[in-house]
Amino acid sequence: MKSIGKYFIFLGITFSNPGSFSTYFKLFINECVHIGLSSIVIVSIVSAFIGAVTTIQTAYNLVSPLIPRYVIAQVVRDMTILELAPSITAIVFAGKVGSNIASELGTMRITEQIDALEVMGINSASYLVLPKIIATFFMYPLLVILAAFLSIFGGYWAGIVSGVITPQEYIYGIQFELIEFTVTFAMIKSFVFAFLISSISSFKGYYTVGGALEVGKASTSAVTNSVIAVLIADYLLAQLLLNLN
Amino acid sequence: MIRIENISKSFGDKVILSNISGEFKRGMTNMIIGASGTGKSVLLKCMVGLFEPDEGYVYYNDRDFTHADRSKRIVIRREIGMLFQGGALFDSINVEENVKFPLDQLSDMPEDEKLDRINIVLERVDLAGVNKKMPSELSGGMKKRVGIARAIVNNSKYLFCDEPNSGLDPITSIRIDNLIQEITEEYNITTIVVSHDMNSVMEIGEYVMFMYEGRKIWEGSKNNIMEAVEEELNDFIFANKMMQIVKEKSSL
Ligand SMILES: Nc1ncnc2c1ncn2[C@@H]1O[C@H](COP(=O)(O)OP(=O)(O)OP(=O)(O)O)[C@@H](O)[C@H]1O
Ligand SMILES: [Mg+2]
Repeated sequence: MKSIGKYFIFLGITFSNPGSFSTYFKLFINECVHIGLSSIVIVSIVSAFIGAVTTIQTAYNLVSPLIPRYVIAQVVRDMTILELAPSITAIVFAGKVGSNIASELGTMRITEQIDALEVMGINSASYLVLPKIIATFFMYPLLVILAAFLSIFGGYWAGIVSGVITPQEYIYGIQFELIEFTVTFAMIKSFVFAFLISSISSFKGYYTVGGALEVGKASTSAVTNSVIAVLIADYLLAQLLLNLN
Repeated sequence: MIRIENISKSFGDKVILSNISGEFKRGMTNMIIGASGTGKSVLLKCMVGLFEPDEGYVYYNDRDFTHADRSKRIVIRREIGMLFQGGALFDSINVEENVKFPLDQLSDMPEDEKLDRINIVLERVDLAGVNKKMPSELSGGMKKRVGIARAIVNNSKYLFCDEPNSGLDPITSIRIDNLIQEITEEYNITTIVVSHDMNSVMEIGEYVMFMYEGRKIWEGSKNNIMEAVEEELNDFIFANKMMQIVKEKSSL
């Protein structure tokens, strides 16, 4: 409970008294490149496989001859866009980028680099953390869009190779009764998850006390805490979606 | 000149500093010495505002720092350079960018003037030509010197050094000590060096404050420290075998 309070105070400091725009813009661009490059490969691999697996398992579960096979593609589409792309990406992202953020900030803390910034009169929380949060805010939704495309593509590939569905059926299925709101909703989720992962990981890293061992711990707890926060948020948002309909 | 008055600081119910006062003069190498864990670093951090003292005042040339608001503090902080115990170089950028950092953040010098200034200070700490090296490629002593260069690049009026020679061999230590002293005189700044090295004290300690368990026990200079009668200080000075031998020899 106490650390939740501290988390909100941390956010307060982060968003107050930032430095000049040009400094931040440069940092922001660096972070975007860094975050994007470090996670794009793993997100691509994971999402393509998730799409493939979802297709085959859905085919396996849909044994009734009464259900047309294009439904498989429709199910894959809705599951990946609405749930799998945002949340699987979140978990992969937390493991890759979240732990990175926490260990970077943790190392800066224990080697007094953060103190060095503070002595120069720089708001270190905002200088170091704000560009990360904003960069994640931009990059994460792009990764989710990529993940959704690749999942659907992975599903297509697996469906054709295993012969559970024809290309025509798959293409028809992924266009069938597309509700545009699912895409909007996936984007809303992305923004929420992006914020949670980047801010929780930053928080854990920024307040590291001790030495190299504690940096490792901070990095692990950044991942577990952000994954838990993402899953809770996912549940709450799903509830909200249900109520909206 | 920096003056501290009745500084006290506790973490929880653990008292770290009690009632410390002192005056650190301009153009002089001032030292704060004492055993490990006596609160030297905490005192230094209270002085630069990384910790808030529970009680007491810190004055920079009669400007109250402790109770100043954020904008007044920033004015003073821009005049402060600090060398941290491990150097605290930013490890994602190279030496030149490290030294340039305070200039980028705190001055509006044109770019080529910045480069000139960087080369001047790097030259000053005997590191001309290492501009493009990354911190991880430097030895401990070089890191300390880059740290000093970064601390003085912005024409700081106050220089704080936390254990500038910890982890260095005796010869490099003396070099760093002398460098700090020369810079202090050359730029006529107020320098405070935290140390537990008696060698440094005898080398550069023009004003020395000895701390013991969070209290100031003694103050003076390298010239009269050997005559001090305080038991805690004597234990500290003669903890070193070398010093014991010197003492025995001289009393023969
Ligand atoms: N942030 C903190 N929270 C709680 N206690 C602290 C904190 N920082 C320092 N202390 C405690 O304050 C005491 C003094 O520490 P300090 O770092 O000032 O010692 P020091 O005199 O600089 O020692 P050394 O020569 O080893 O650097 C120690 O007991 C330490 O545990
Ligand atoms: Mg210390």
